[in-house]
Amino acid sequence: MSKLALGPLLYFWDREQVFDFYKKAAEWPVDVVYLGEVICSKRRALNREDWLELAAMLKQAGKEVVLSTLVLIEADSELRTMHHIADNDEYLVEANEMAAVQRVAGKKSFIAGPHLNCYNHESMALLNELGAKRWVMPVELGEETLQALIDRRPAEMEVEVFAYGRLPLAFSARCFTARAEGLPKDDCQLRCGDYAEGLLVESQDGQPFLDFNGIQTQSAATSNLIAAVPRMVEMGVDMIRLSPQHLSPNSVLMAQVVNAFAGVLNGSLSVADAEAAIEKVNGSTSLCNGFWYGEAGMDWQPGEIPETV
Amino acid sequence: MKKVDLVCPAGGFPALRKAVDSGANAVYMGFRDSTNARNFPGLNFDERSAAQAIKYAHDRGAKVLLALNTYPQPQSWSTWTDAVDRAARLGIDAVILADIGLMRYATKKYPDLRLHLSVQGSATSAEAIEFYREQFNIQRVVLPRVLSLAQVERVINNTDVEVEVFAFGSLCVMVEGRCYLSSYATGESPNTCGACSPAKYVEWSEGPEGRDVRLNGVLIDRYDQVESAGYPVLCKGRFNVKGKLDYAIEEPTSLSVLDIMPQLIKMGVAAIKVEGRQRSPAYVEQVTSVLRAALDAAESSPDSYVAKPEWVAQLGRVSEGTTHTLGALEREWQ
Repeated sequence: MSKLALGPLLYFWDREQVFDFYKKAAEWPVDVVYLGEVICSKRRALNREDWLELAAMLKQAGKEVVLSTLVLIEADSELRTMHHIADNDEYLVEANEMAAVQRVAGKKSFIAGPHLNCYNHESMALLNELGAKRWVMPVELGEETLQALIDRRPAEMEVEVFAYGRLPLAFSARCFTARAEGLPKDDCQLRCGDYAEGLLVESQDGQPFLDFNGIQTQSAATSNLIAAVPRMVEMGVDMIRLSPQHLSPNSVLMAQVVNAFAGVLNGSLSVADAEAAIEKVNGSTSLCNGFWYGEAGMDWQPGEIPETV
Repeated sequence: MKKVDLVCPAGGFPALRKAVDSGANAVYMGFRDSTNARNFPGLNFDERSAAQAIKYAHDRGAKVLLALNTYPQPQSWSTWTDAVDRAARLGIDAVILADIGLMRYATKKYPDLRLHLSVQGSATSAEAIEFYREQFNIQRVVLPRVLSLAQVERVINNTDVEVEVFAFGSLCVMVEGRCYLSSYATGESPNTCGACSPAKYVEWSEGPEGRDVRLNGVLIDRYDQVESAGYPVLCKGRFNVKGKLDYAIEEPTSLSVLDIMPQLIKMGVAAIKVEGRQRSPAYVEQVTSVLRAALDAAESSPDSYVAKPEWVAQLGRVSEGTTHTLGALEREWQ
């Protein structure tokens, strides 16, 4: 049976908000929690000790804790931070670019993160030989390629799918939040912290299109693959990733998302009811699932809804 | 000091001829399919035209590089390995790869085939480059357009692999190889299909508020009657952020390193690259000639080098948009 994973927090929330979020997450039915800053090295609301404290707390709560590395590394200081994460002896590491892979290759088992560009069986086999025990599918791939890769995966290579949350679509040297605020990146004043859900980018005719999260560009729509969960279980997907979102008192909204997915997985909730719960959490934010069906990622396919797993 | 290579785009035979005749040390091309990141209608080479092009270049002392820089998926894996086989058969001087699976295939089957890491491989540090050198013995890396000039120098000082940087052309704002904006809007991206914002999804229409251009239904830009309209690459459109309409990601502009040519040479770049396999032979001729002159001037007298106004003007005429930028090389841009 597939398990649930909580992906790394992509937004810049306050230290207190982050601690509160993970205290709640410790009680949720998720098996794996990815931790750490993956977007911007200037975000230092939490220092290394804070993250390790959260890691210890979650491990204590029975979670598998994985420390994620920065997606785009440019400065030496960012390399050093990556080294600290990669060299830790206690927790698994999610490598999100090749310098991190180079650091851990042949030394320890690691997770090949969604930003590594592993699109085929030969790439997967190589990463597996170097120590990757789990592969997170790049978000622009869908069911067909997933099946082809599951058919050809090395023994004991786990597979994880990004199944919920605004899609991480692009990264840049430029900070788009700072640009929108009229500030240079070197004096960004950490304005991304003002946007707990990112900064909405709309087309001129009012269509929500993208979402700026510092140097990252996300989809404006929330990707929601809950209707595909039964199919994922059937295919043998090991891990279903939910991306933290919906900052709310006591994290009730994200808890509802987690419970919707958990309910479908354990058979206590129909897909239709789970989908309704997720729509309610998202309110006016639209949903998308096109990548799963091999279509434009922004598309929403209602599809056939299977009753349960 | 070793001379810096000028690497120019060849979308077809006429462009290749212009590049070689105008002073390119190397040209880069792609096959006529989704194995390269300029998979546009009417562009690129089949095996026969590639052989003729290679002969033309080699006879004149220019090298030919082949871009195989998209990411194959299992269902169509053999299309990409066939392309590697074809490249080896043709006697290509180097293959520009992005996918680690394909690099593994090439290394095993053709240990003598020279490999360059494509910009799409997204290696932004010496440590990432070292991964590719150790695993596949890559000889050169094309750096993503995300590093500042100081960071480029740090990379060069910390690797034995030759470093190639972009010198002129359309500017990717996002780190190359890991941008899914195009597939989010259309289902096709550079990684999967070899094209960004593909032309078949572009629709123009005249409305009461101006001339609209959409990509798969998403309004990318709206022009009034006096504005000149450009191709709707989705990161160069005008969008509303916090109620303000602007080029939220980047304006239509071209990268140009004309002003910093001596610095690039001094810090030890092995090659400078011109973007634009989708552009006309006239563009290739113009840009190659100017950069050849600039490179020669900067190499022979770096201290007195200045970018000549006529070079700037010539490049300005073929630029995307009306402005040029150093992009991420300059901290203020970031």
